[in-house]
This record gives sequence, structure tokens and C-alpha cells, in this order.
Amino acid sequence: MKVNNHISSGTIFILLAFLLIVSVSCRNRRQTKELPKEKRAHVAAMNVNDISVPPLPFSDGIFPCTDCHAHQTPSPIKRVLNWHEDIDTIFSHDKENRWCLDCHSLASRDSLKLASGKLIPFRESFKLCGQCHGDKYRDWKVGVHGKRTGEWNGKREYLLCVHCHNPHSPKFKSLKPEAPPHLLGDIEKDQEIQTQKPRQDARQK
Amino acid sequence: MQDKNNSRRTFLKNLSTTALSTILLSGCSSQAVEEFFQRNFRELSKSDVDRIINKLEDKYFLKYGKKFHVSAEPAMDETEFAYGLDLSRCIGCRRCVHACVKENNQSREPQIHWIQVLQMDKEKGIDFSHSNVHYNPELVPEEGHFYLPVSCQHCRNPQCIAVCPAKATWQEPDGIVVVDYNWCIGCRYCMAACPYGARHFNWAEPTIPVEEINTETHYLGNRPRPKGVVEKCTFCVQRVRKGKYPACVEICPVGSRKFGNLLDPDSEIRYILENKRVLVLKEELNTEPRFYYFYGV
Repeated sequence: MKVNNHISSGTIFILLAFLLIVSVSCRNRRQTKELPKEKRAHVAAMNVNDISVPPLPFSDGIFPCTDCHAHQTPSPIKRVLNWHEDIDTIFSHDKENRWCLDCHSLASRDSLKLASGKLIPFRESFKLCGQCHGDKYRDWKVGVHGKRTGEWNGKREYLLCVHCHNPHSPKFKSLKPEAPPHLLGDIEKDQEIQTQKPRQDARQK
Repeated sequence: MQDKNNSRRTFLKNLSTTALSTILLSGCSSQAVEEFFQRNFRELSKSDVDRIINKLEDKYFLKYGKKFHVSAEPAMDETEFAYGLDLSRCIGCRRCVHACVKENNQSREPQIHWIQVLQMDKEKGIDFSHSNVHYNPELVPEEGHFYLPVSCQHCRNPQCIAVCPAKATWQEPDGIVVVDYNWCIGCRYCMAACPYGARHFNWAEPTIPVEEINTETHYLGNRPRPKGVVEKCTFCVQRVRKGKYPACVEICPVGSRKFGNLLDPDSEIRYILENKRVLVLKEELNTEPRFYYFYGV
């Protein structure tokens, strides 16, 4: 009987200790409450007309295309162009299978053309990109791919695909890195220079 | 016995009086004395804060010849900040490091950088012992490497705060870990406790070129610091409490830096946590960072 009592009190003690540990550790996990709908940032519900973008990165004097193309006879045959050499030389966007008229419209020079044949203005070029790069398009629409500036809870400016990726050669270009932090040796050198200068002056005198 | 006790008391009394009068007579300005006796920022009344801020603005005007604005904006309601950094995008260009230095008035000499960009070997993965912060090639990114910028992780369980003997550093309701530079005693315990090397000490009077100084400041953030205190990333408290993105988010040329409110289910940061592969640094230490690294691809 005595032995039994011992066991039961021991078990109760262990149980209580366990409960105490659990309750203490659970208190650490704070419960977060969600924001009501009207206070959210509405990033997902993005309307194309609400997008505030910096000016499109056209080369100087290249747009509108009709300035030149209005006076030319359009030809749908795939060929090396005798104008737009700058684009021809850098073009590396599935070069083997694609060329100008897969994205540009033959009939309406100042528009882009979706795969369906639907025309869109240059301002909405992201729709064209999104036809193939659906995963990036999805992330871009919620602000995860690409860059936004402005306010985290309000008005932002969006960069379009073409602000960072040249549509004719889309790989992001390498950059020169800014200065690295000082090495410990650099600091010591600086200090040596500072301390040596007055000494030299004194010797000259 | 009675005599002995009395004499000790008188001794201590005299000692404190002497100390006080020494301070007063030693040519300290009244402002220095007042600063010395200033209470912890969290215990100050609204009028005290206003008075102290006015004095600070005057002091900075005298020192730098520019009109400063020192804000004491408290945390917004219903905000809990979190940060996302896309490891698959970062190219290690260090634009963020230098934008942060300018925005937050960090000392140029001796040099303080709140952000360290670590270059890592792709073969080794995230391995701090083989990382390099001094890389300097002609162009980045370099073949076979990836880049991992580290700054304050704004932990939910911050060890720096736990060890501070003066309670000069604490976590604000919006999750930002801040330092009261007027209360910091410069013991650097927090620097020893931080597993991310995110805290930096002003070993000398900070030097900032006057033409590059940012006069839009926050008391707990980027106001010019005195010598002998610890400083760190504050998520640009002077910007984010006005709704703006931190300076590093604004400058990042590849858009790898994301910032937002965790309590807002429509925010970018929530999308990242719900849809991307996310990691935190040194998870095993149970610091529970608010700084999430993710793979955007």
C-alpha cells in the first residue's frame, strides 16, 4: 500500500512538472491577430491602371515605331534586318525559335502582340512576358519578383519586367560592386600615416 | 559601534557630495550634466521627450550647422515588421551597405557598416567560417558564389536585450530592436551575445561628412551617435514608421529585399512566408529572427 502511494505521488509530481513546462513554453508563442480587410495593403488586388511606373526604358528616338515604319512595306519573312543592328547583335531570347514578329505586331507597329494575336500597348508588356514566364509573372503581381519602391502600406511604384531585363537579351547584367569594408590592415596603415606625419615634421625642424 | 556606523554614513554622504560638486565644478556644461541624469527613454513623459529632442536638435545644429529633425514617432498600431531577402537574386553589389551608411549616418572613420554582405561558396552552402566579406572583383556575381547580406535579425527572442545590464536596448511593439544611445553605457555585452555580429561599437567620435548627413532622424534610430555607444540596424525606423520602405529595399537593383507587415495577410512578406522556401540564420539558437531569407526561384 505504501509503495503504491509512493508511485502515485511521484507520477502526479512528474505530471505537474510536465504541465508547468508546457504552459511556460506555450506562453512564449504569441498569438498574432490578423488585420481587418480595410487596413490591408491590397497588394494582391492589383489593377493594371493603378500601377505607377517610371517612364519606359526606350532607346532615344526609337518610339513611336510608326515614325519610320509608316513609310515602309511590311514583310513577314524571317531575315536579318538591315536596321536595328544593335538589337540583332545582342538578341539572345530564344534566338533559335523566335524573332521580331513573335512579340511585335506587323499590322500595328506601335503595339505588342500576344500569342493569341491580341494587341497590347508597350506599357503593358508584362502581359507578353507573362505568357511564357507565368511563375515570375505571378510573383511579380504580388510584389515578390521584381522591385517596388514607395510605401510598404500604401502607394508604391512598380518596376516593369523591361526596367531590369532587356527584352531582347533578358539576362540580368553584372554590376561593379561598391567598395568593400576596410581591412584591419587598412586601418592600421591609416593610423601609421597619421602618427608618422607629425614625427617627420619634427625631424625636419 | 554606533560611532563606527555613523562615520561610514558620513563618509559616503561626503563622498557623494564631493562627486556631485566635482561634476558641477569640473567645467561640464549644464547640458552634459542634464544628459547624465536623463532617465531611460521608455520612462520619459511626453513633455520630457519634447524637451530632450529640442535640446538634441540644437546640439546637432551647433555641431553640423544643419537643421535636424529628430522624431520620437512611436510604433504604429497593428504592425509587426518582418523582412525578406531573396538569396537567389542577391548579386552582392553592396548598394545596400552604402545606402544604409548614408541613410543612417554611420561613421565613415572609424568605419561602421550595419550590413555585411558575405560571399559564400555554392559548393559549401551557408557556411560562415568560409565566407568572405572583403571580395572585390571587377563584376559581381562571381561564378560559383552566392551572397548573403547580414544585419540585425530583429529576433523575437533577442539575446542582446537579455544581457544588457542597463536596459538600454529593447524591442518595440512593432518588433524593431532599438538602442537608447543616451542610456547605453558601452559595455558591449550585447555585441558578445549577438550571434549575427549585427551590433557595432563607436570606438571613437563618429565622423560623417557634413554634406552627406541625413537630417531626417529618429531618436532611437539614425540620429548622430556619441562616442562609446552601440548601434545597429533599426529597419530604418525613421522611414518605416512613416510608411516608407527601408533605404536598403529602395536601393536594391535586383529587388531581392522585401519588407512588410506580418499582420497583414495581403502583404508581400506574408506571401513569401506562405509560398516560398524560407530559412532563418542559426535557427538552432532559438532566437526566432524576423529576418527571413528565401529562394524566389
